[in-house]
Amino acid sequence: MEGIDGSGKTTQLALLAKWLKAAGHPVFQTEWNSSALVKAATKTGKKKNALTPMTFSLLHATDFADRLLYNVIPPLKAGMIVLADRYTYTAFARDAARGVDRRWVRELYSFAVKPDLAVYFRVPIDVSLDRLLARRVKLKFYEAGMDMGWSSQPLESFRIFQGKVLDEYDRLVDEYGLSLVNAAGSITDQQRVFRRLVSQHLEIAHHDDLVDESA
Amino acid sequence: MTTSSMNQPEESGANGGGKPGQYYSYGIPYLSISDYPGKLLAIEGTDGVGRSTQIRLLREWLEVQGYGVIETGWTRSELMSPTIDLAKSSNTLNKLTFVLLYATDFADRLEKEIIPALKAGFIVLSDRYIFTALARAGVRGVDRTWIRNLYGFGIAPHLVFYLRIDEKTLIRRVLQSRGMDYWESGMDMKLGDDIYESFRAYQRALLKEYASMSDEFSFRVLDARRRVEVIQDELRRQIAGFLAEPDSPAPIATKSE
Repeated sequence: MEGIDGSGKTTQLALLAKWLKAAGHPVFQTEWNSSALVKAATKTGKKKNALTPMTFSLLHATDFADRLLYNVIPPLKAGMIVLADRYTYTAFARDAARGVDRRWVRELYSFAVKPDLAVYFRVPIDVSLDRLLARRVKLKFYEAGMDMGWSSQPLESFRIFQGKVLDEYDRLVDEYGLSLVNAAGSITDQQRVFRRLVSQHLEIAHHDDLVDESA
Repeated sequence: MTTSSMNQPEESGANGGGKPGQYYSYGIPYLSISDYPGKLLAIEGTDGVGRSTQIRLLREWLEVQGYGVIETGWTRSELMSPTIDLAKSSNTLNKLTFVLLYATDFADRLEKEIIPALKAGFIVLSDRYIFTALARAGVRGVDRTWIRNLYGFGIAPHLVFYLRIDEKTLIRRVLQSRGMDYWESGMDMKLGDDIYESFRAYQRALLKEYASMSDEFSFRVLDARRRVEVIQDELRRQIAGFLAEPDSPAPIATKSE
């Protein structure tokens, strides 16, 4: 699941997981930047605002590698459905928006497993800002791209930075064939589209299972 | 050995040696480093070759001549040191995260120490450089092209000295100095239960990796089994020759003074 902050993808993911579990599918969830391995460095770096676009990128790649090996590949091998709240496309979009070379970051992540389905929850910046401001007082430093020094106003900085991130995501839709969900729509409408996309892949997987058993 | 990486187009990473003082490949688009006056000199080699002694003596010699000198090492960044120590002491580190943690550390030092020093006209003496990472990754079977692309943001040094010793000397020196540690024995690679055999196999593989990089990255290879003074004289002779080239920074003290 991909999308900028405030796109509602985490809500959508939670609803999808409920549906899958209710249907009897084993589900495993993993979240961007959540490994214990790099937590200390990320925290120190963020607190001191000491991260450059390159170290920001590499720390996230380290986190990703750690989770890939512990939280993605083993559950896949065990036949589970892995739901990833953000995947490599987040790095492609954010790092490029920060000025890191696009080709370099793509090659950096070439060790990743290609997802069976990548869904992009696309939302205009104003909608995402409304959602974020409705539940939080302050925009986070890196989330708002404050490290780039484009604006000293968090709101303005968020607009500029996330605008660039959205542009990068738009490139990725074609490049990697991301499935689009209009994330400005109602929660239930989005979930309906989302479930339809996912169910197509589940049918294929089910069919494969039957072939395997007969072989 | 390097055929697979040599066949790649020049742009595809830190292979082909790169142009001294420039990024190996894609580089860091937001940091232009062209025409920086400083020089980057790397001293490479395994454990026990006396890198730090040689660097200390070189620094002294250069500073007497009036050059500004900055030293940098491997795994010393403020950002990553605690994390790398923590990761090494736990069992969760694997070859991929191992490589990426070191690359993050290098990026931090590159942007915060090396590039500013080169910009300000210093001579940067690097105790180990990206070749240490490439060798360790190579031994662990990390894809050659991938790791060279990863380090494509590195700056090709003006000179790379590789202090070379043979396997037997290397093993004795490491045992004498600080003994075998888990990572330097390659115990993570599970080459065998016998720590000594694992250590020996690991060090041998490391030497092979360095040898395979000599041509690729234009190493100036020095026999490190000789006495400290002999090696130092050789280093000084080669560095003096390089610094005498027209585009090098001029020292304060001239020979006539």
